[in-house]
Amino acid sequence: MNAIKRFGNKANRFAIKWAEFVIKYKWPVLIATIVLAFGLASKGKMEFDGDYHVFFSKSNPELEAFDALQEKYTKDDNVLIVLSPKNKNIFTKENLIAIEELTAESWNTPYSSRVDAITNFQHTSAEGDDLYVDDLSYESHLKTDEEIQEIKRKALKEPLLVDRLLSKDGSVTAINITVRLPGEDSAVEIPEVTAFTRNMISQFREKHPDFDIHTSGLVPLNTAFFEYSQKDFMLTGIMIIIVILTTLILTRSIFSTISTLLVVLFSLISAVGFLGITGIKLTPPSAVFPTMILTLAVADSIHILITMLQKMRKEGLSKKEALVESMRLNFMPVLITSLTTVIGFLTMNFGDVPPFWDLGNITAFGMAMAFLYSTTTLPALMAIFPVRTKQRVVKAGSENRGLYTRLGAYVAENPVKLSIISLLIIGLMAFTATKNRFNDEFVNYFDETVKFRTDTDYISENLTGIYNVEFSVGAGESGGINNPEYLRKLNEFEDWLNEQPEVIHVNAFSEVARRVNRSMHGDDEAYYQVPGNREEAAQYLLLYELSLPFGLDLNNQINVDKSETRLTVTIENVDSASMIAFSKRAENWLKQNTPEYMHAIGVSPTLMFSKLGFRQADSMFKGNIIALILISLVLMLALRNFKLGLLSIIPNVTPVLVGFGLWALYKAQINTGMVIVFGMTLGIIVDDTVHFMSKFLRAQREYGYDARQAVVYAFETVGKALVTTTIVLIVGFAVLAQSHFALNSYMAQITLIIISSALIIDFILLPSLLILTASKPKAVATPEKVQPQVIKS
Amino acid sequence: MKNIKILFALTALIFSDNLLAQDAASKGLEVAKAAEKADLGFGSSVVDLQMVLKNKNGQTSERTLTTRTLELTEDGDKSLITFNSPKDVKGTATLTFTHKVGSDDQWLYLPSIKRVKRISSNNKSGPFVGSEFAYEDLSSQEVEKYTYKFLKEENGIITVEQDPVDPKSGYTKRLVQYNKSKGYRIEKVEFYDRKGALLKTLNYGNYKLYKNKFWRALELHMVNHQSRKETKLIFGEYDFDIQLTDESFTENALKRAGR
Repeated sequence: MNAIKRFGNKANRFAIKWAEFVIKYKWPVLIATIVLAFGLASKGKMEFDGDYHVFFSKSNPELEAFDALQEKYTKDDNVLIVLSPKNKNIFTKENLIAIEELTAESWNTPYSSRVDAITNFQHTSAEGDDLYVDDLSYESHLKTDEEIQEIKRKALKEPLLVDRLLSKDGSVTAINITVRLPGEDSAVEIPEVTAFTRNMISQFREKHPDFDIHTSGLVPLNTAFFEYSQKDFMLTGIMIIIVILTTLILTRSIFSTISTLLVVLFSLISAVGFLGITGIKLTPPSAVFPTMILTLAVADSIHILITMLQKMRKEGLSKKEALVESMRLNFMPVLITSLTTVIGFLTMNFGDVPPFWDLGNITAFGMAMAFLYSTTTLPALMAIFPVRTKQRVVKAGSENRGLYTRLGAYVAENPVKLSIISLLIIGLMAFTATKNRFNDEFVNYFDETVKFRTDTDYISENLTGIYNVEFSVGAGESGGINNPEYLRKLNEFEDWLNEQPEVIHVNAFSEVARRVNRSMHGDDEAYYQVPGNREEAAQYLLLYELSLPFGLDLNNQINVDKSETRLTVTIENVDSASMIAFSKRAENWLKQNTPEYMHAIGVSPTLMFSKLGFRQADSMFKGNIIALILISLVLMLALRNFKLGLLSIIPNVTPVLVGFGLWALYKAQINTGMVIVFGMTLGIIVDDTVHFMSKFLRAQREYGYDARQAVVYAFETVGKALVTTTIVLIVGFAVLAQSHFALNSYMAQITLIIISSALIIDFILLPSLLILTASKPKAVATPEKVQPQVIKS
Repeated sequence: MKNIKILFALTALIFSDNLLAQDAASKGLEVAKAAEKADLGFGSSVVDLQMVLKNKNGQTSERTLTTRTLELTEDGDKSLITFNSPKDVKGTATLTFTHKVGSDDQWLYLPSIKRVKRISSNNKSGPFVGSEFAYEDLSSQEVEKYTYKFLKEENGIITVEQDPVDPKSGYTKRLVQYNKSKGYRIEKVEFYDRKGALLKTLNYGNYKLYKNKFWRALELHMVNHQSRKETKLIFGEYDFDIQLTDESFTENALKRAGR
């Protein structure tokens, strides 16, 4: 204990020396920090990455499986353009001409490798030994009405079209553009494709106003990620205005506001420099870092400024004296709260979702810099600025203080009652919290104001599913896919899948085998089954291979070695849990009904997202425990009290339980973005606990108060400050909650709830517990005279 | 007066530009015709070849084929391709009559069902049995199928732009390099897709001169820059003395070829 005490005294002296140094060398300090901030900023580089792959770490097993599948077959991204003619009938001459026209134009899409539409669908028909392979509707302007009816008849019974590129009633169709992005710079390639298709669509709209057009697919998804990370980044502007307003209201001083603004901006541009140095590309979750930094950094400045101004206004200290005193009182609290915040953000690295590593690291860096600037730039500026205050009559504040004193007194009188009520509520909330369900449907990451979301919803309702699962089903040997036994089993799997309620469409190689077999037998429906011997199957496959159009080859569905085929299941919009359950069911069916070499696991971007939340939660669990231990340790050290450090776990952990409990009543769906809030909010809300407990201890150690008196003292001294900083945080996260991107907005909303709960818990449960656990005041409050404490505010 | 002068100047400019364009077109056509002429009179040939497909990860698969070709002057050539391996497609054969104008005729023989199927398709832009070669790359190169533009001549290598006439072609243009001193044999072809982007490059290698007149590349290497897949055709010795006739290119011949 003595060593720590000595450390505390040293820290106090250090803070005074630091303050005096900064004030004495205000200009050099200011210039040095400007040079540092701008030096860092000059390394800054702001790049965005919209590719959905960024959400998955390199070691993510679902990503590995999906990449392996894409390595075996062709790796494609797509743009799906859905056309709904107002007359609700695709099959009119005008509409077919328009579709053919847009199809032709779509071939010009950058990086496109294939365009699929009903018009260029390769339709095969057989008459005896003659096979006809042709576009379903080529040169539609030459078609007669009868021919168009014939086209309609053919199209509506084509399993490769219906529920994929054509709705069952023939009222909605789609053009699918397959693009093969080189993947060198997604920040260039994706916008290039998007700009082209958007321009093409708007021109088409002008020419054919009778079509409603919706767009979806992986490229538009990536574009939405890309654009909404930029939009969320733009929240920074609003946040800066809020910083200015809050500081102005709280300090009622122009110079303080300017200084605060400079400190937070310096922190921000330093973080941007960090971006450039580390080469991090911004993604939707990490693009909110400026708002985070602004929100959290402003608190440091406000603490220092409010104390300083109070000392000047109330106690009539000179500017310099007030500054030194404020630095003495705040240096350690600001250091410790910065440290806990940094720890909290760094725990994001334990997760499995790279954008959150970035968010954690950028913000942690920004916070470390904010601490530096708050203790250098800020006092230097305040020393330079001609800050003048009128000494106020203390009365103005006494009403407020009265409020907090009354609250303190009330809590001090009813600790048992309040503890029981609080713990009951917390227990109830912890129970409700278990009702939350993970859901990472990536379409629902965007709210209904986002066009990608509404377009995708439209497509799922009117044409086909957006979600899919893929299986690479092995045949056990090279060329084995022509084994009739394999084809039969694959066919059974296809049939089983088609019976599943959530399945919209199945694209399996067995269907190709059946189709070619039928063609080889003069379109006799009796032969719409997989071929019966291996040579037949192999030769049919060769024939099929010969009939494939430009941009398509067997490799879309069959691996090079012909030992595996890819099966794609399109399924309805279901939540993550149902998605995972479906995939599991399909995997189990294969296990139970097929030889071992045919066993396969389901993979797809949809599944990757579905499992992301669970994976993140698992991996963050350890990180959260470590954060809790580390932060509790920091607290024990700072408070120099083991018991209180231990006790602090209660007010630090319970707000999260209450937060998720309330969330269960509000939305009940949680996503990957919310998994990180435990570590993050822990680093933030611990500040309240630190401030409150340190005042409580100071009252006991310095003034020899008993627990009840000490609680009232703590309320009087920090009550207002805690409310103030909580308001700042709430406002900041309320800005983030405006995001149209659910990973960000949900995270911000629950953080709001948690931070508010934390304040209430710190005002009600914490003091009650402090009183109850300190039931033997004489034993705890050692009469030993202690020097001023580490934590003061 | 001034205006008239400008008008004059402009007309002259457009005119000369036009002239240049016409000039390039006829020069390009001449080169194509010269190349066709240089290869005229080979009669017929038989060659065995190995087709090696390689995907972007370097995995390969192989097929072996025999190609019989009959030269025709009035219309396009006739060709008969037989698959020798892999085992399960052995004996499968295609017979193609290329036409200078319109779609080609094609028949396929499948030994497993012992039937000849006539395939009517104008799908010439599709890949040939999974390779990076499209039908249109492999079928006989008739002069009528393109419009031409002479681009440049450097060190005896003439580059001609060829634009396909058929709207169903998968290409907007091909840049073909002819080797003037070696009987206008083709050294390299670059293929541009419908959006005008470079799609594939075909390199001709290991040339051999037969009968002191006919250059045959014994190795064709096609690289698809967009899919990063490759196909190599490795030829055995050409046999020009086999004296094939129309009789060797009938449905019956197709069935026989498969045995």
